[in-house]
Amino acid sequence: MNDFATSFTPLQSLSGGILIGAAAVLLMHYYGRIFGATGILSAAVFQRGADNRWRYALLLGMVCAPLVMLMATGSMPEVSVPVGYPALILGGFLVGLGVMFGNGCTSGHGVCGLARFSVRSLAATLTFMASTAITVFIVRHVLAG
Amino acid sequence: MPLFIASLVGLIFGLGISLSGMANPAKVINFFDLAGTWDPSLAFVMGGAVTVTAIGYRWVLKGPTPVFGKEFSMPSVKAIDRPLLAGAATFGVGWGIAGFCPGGALPALGTGVPQVFVFVMAMLAGMWAAGKLRSWLTNRSA
Repeated sequence: MNDFATSFTPLQSLSGGILIGAAAVLLMHYYGRIFGATGILSAAVFQRGADNRWRYALLLGMVCAPLVMLMATGSMPEVSVPVGYPALILGGFLVGLGVMFGNGCTSGHGVCGLARFSVRSLAATLTFMASTAITVFIVRHVLAG
Repeated sequence: MPLFIASLVGLIFGLGISLSGMANPAKVINFFDLAGTWDPSLAFVMGGAVTVTAIGYRWVLKGPTPVFGKEFSMPSVKAIDRPLLAGAATFGVGWGIAGFCPGGALPALGTGVPQVFVFVMAMLAGMWAAGKLRSWLTNRSA
């Protein structure tokens, strides 16, 4: 039923995770800030201020990554979207709504928060992990039939 | 120099996301599809990222200040309150439906895949709505 099975890539995923961690550490070392995509994006888009220049630069770097990867390896990262536009819109809206009230997302709470041994981030992370798993189960195995 | 460093840090993060599979919604959803086409790869992403960050933070935070700045800006709120949990739960529903989270989607924009753009636009709309909702809730109880 599912055409979107993906292969288990422990080494590649671990390497990616190490780079993500390295970026978080570097941001703390240089700028003294948590690498939380939510906080960085929301401040850059919704808050005016000269302080935002580092955020714009950082976001630009993020978006350029696939191009750099293309130049270095000859291919872009795979982006296989197994859902339609309505799901992307609804899902996107809920993500945006949720991460603002929740004050963070996978990078802010899940990586940086856990790395700081923050109980608040642990609570948030466990909650969104469980919520995602339940949602996927309902979408893939209950609604899909 | 500082801005160049910031863009480099963002690039490193984006490369990590791209390499790890976090920019690939099929892979992300499969990580959570325990009853179906389960792909445990993302556990390695989190494991690697949290480990490196935890070790790195211990080392970095020993210093008095960051390189560019007067102080380390750490989150000060510690309470596990209703907005945190409701927000996290809502985020999870969205993540499960679309397969993208903010950190995953932003680097994915660089691939030019149109669905990413649609997701990010919707996400920004949701972020905007959160601000409006928060104001409304605050005014209501005032």
